[in-house]
Amino acid sequence: MSELLVSVENLHIRFRTYAGQVHAVNGVNLDIRRGEVFGLVGETGCGKTVTGLSLLRLVPHPGEIVAGRITFDGQDILSLSEQEMRDIRGARIAMIFQDPAASLNPVFSVGEQIEMVIRQHQAVTRRVARQRTLEMLETVGLPDPPQIARTYPHELSGGMQQRVMIALALASNASLLIADEPTTALDVTIQAQILTLLTQLKESRGLSILLVTHNMGVVAGTCDRVAVLYVGHVVERGRTRDIFKEMKHPYTQGLLAAIPKPGSHGKPLPAISGSVPSGLDVIPGCPFEPRCSYAMQVCRQSPPPLVCVGREHYVACHLFVKGGSK
Amino acid sequence: MISQSGSGNLLLEVRGLTKYFTQRRGLFSLRAQPVRAVDGVSLKVQRRETLGVVGESGCGKTTLGRCILRLIEPTSGEVLFEGINILTLGSTEMRRHWRNMQMVFQNPFSSLNPRLNVLRLVSEPLRTHTDLRADALSARVVELLERVGLKREHLFRYPHEFSGGQCQRIAVARALALNPKLLILDEPTSAVDVSVQAQILNLLQELQREFNLTYLFISHNLSVVQHISERIAVMYLGKVVELSKSETIFGGALHPYTEALLSSTPIPDPDVKKERIILEGGVPSPINPPPGCRFHPRCPRVMPLCSKAEPVLIDVGNGHLVACHRYEGPA
Repeated sequence: MSELLVSVENLHIRFRTYAGQVHAVNGVNLDIRRGEVFGLVGETGCGKTVTGLSLLRLVPHPGEIVAGRITFDGQDILSLSEQEMRDIRGARIAMIFQDPAASLNPVFSVGEQIEMVIRQHQAVTRRVARQRTLEMLETVGLPDPPQIARTYPHELSGGMQQRVMIALALASNASLLIADEPTTALDVTIQAQILTLLTQLKESRGLSILLVTHNMGVVAGTCDRVAVLYVGHVVERGRTRDIFKEMKHPYTQGLLAAIPKPGSHGKPLPAISGSVPSGLDVIPGCPFEPRCSYAMQVCRQSPPPLVCVGREHYVACHLFVKGGSK
Repeated sequence: MISQSGSGNLLLEVRGLTKYFTQRRGLFSLRAQPVRAVDGVSLKVQRRETLGVVGESGCGKTTLGRCILRLIEPTSGEVLFEGINILTLGSTEMRRHWRNMQMVFQNPFSSLNPRLNVLRLVSEPLRTHTDLRADALSARVVELLERVGLKREHLFRYPHEFSGGQCQRIAVARALALNPKLLILDEPTSAVDVSVQAQILNLLQELQREFNLTYLFISHNLSVVQHISERIAVMYLGKVVELSKSETIFGGALHPYTEALLSSTPIPDPDVKKERIILEGGVPSPINPPPGCRFHPRCPRVMPLCSKAEPVLIDVGNGHLVACHRYEGPA
């Protein structure tokens, strides 16, 4: 069994809107290993959610995958039939979202919903499904599983609902969990509980997690490796420690510098000038060039290649192209 | 820079403020259980300082902000603005008084009327409270827009044509229109990205220096609050549990809840191996707060006394206030 669980190669996703074509994802390359938490980080509109959805072939209309290859556990996702995809969704790849209340069915009890998922993907009796449901509820740290199983989603707090989502996601023993901003809507002390739970699940079950977030603090504390996205491009990718300590890309630097930290009190925060482009225009060169203080002539003309700058550390920036000026 | 002497420098004082929301529980309830959103808050804000109010959902910080501005009527207590209890003012006087205190809300899209263009939005307070009209009015609006980093050409556009960050700038321009002394900012940067947040925080700091503004900055984000505030008040279930200078909260927080909050706040540095204090359970309901200290069921340092008696906010030195039985000296 190879160490590589997911491989995304040269992924391109477009949205056909009445304002024009939005290039949401532009040549994204990444891979996720077994038992690791991989962070996909960037600001609004960078394409991180859509990238996550593409692994399940759930890119919403009017979006479509127009190029690229996605491999999961050796299988070519983009060439599977819809029936084969259904066998994967919820069973081998699971997903949890930002607003758990919106993802849970309000008219079924929590226990019923988990049982439904189990019986959808596994040929087991109701009694076995119920037993597994209670085990899952306990695994995710919910107190008094038989009682929780009887409750309806609206009777639970946001944090508990998110735990139920995780239980649902894991009910069928998925090997990959895609978590799209799972803690953004939760209070910070509850967020800490949920992130700790995800880390425990990674360690105890060898679960791989694709953690989509805009919060660099969450990335630093929970992810093993991370890819930084900007307007659908991976600008930097590597091990978490390298990204934070040896960050190379001007956007990554700008992003980290803009975060208020203890000790930044009173001083102006170094803000990145300008704003994120809409994605409607095709950019010939580097997408970050208009806002980059290191921009050179070549940056406007040609897209920067992904360059290796350290062990497993890659940067898409002309500053690091060998032979180029630095 | 912050003078503690005399009431001349004290802009705002809140004394024993409470706000209970009563709810009906069915047709036959004999006693409505109130939601104790704000349950006895007292604090002081000096001129030109920024007081941060931080806490998680349900702690009452938003309700506190609205009570101070008298957008909702408090249940009891006093709000003294420059020595005058504004809760006793009649409607005409109150209206006049609102020139002094304004608010910037969290969601930039829902706090701006989508049917009004920028000129109408920013000039609304001026039309209500001043005689400025026509060219003089437009000129003042343009002046405000340019001060917040927008342009004259934005005058006739509508909110949906702007980004979140720009909408927030419009909201700030509107709040500054009448030259208020106090600005209450309720999660002004929670709905925008990190890079936009940095721009808005920088703008707020510049405006504060230029116009001698006093800020009450409400947020759940501790990192943002410590950056912009001189002092921070930490709220839990309707009460202030700790209040001190920014550096003290970060370097030497005393209340167990503040410590948990600090340890849960994700720091963008993988080397910071924090002793993560993971709290058990969730925040209890403000309808039926736990007896004694409200935090006691989740407190990692709970003592028997904590479930019996409510701790009072006491000064442990240097203006550092804490409401915790562990810091009460010998009786």
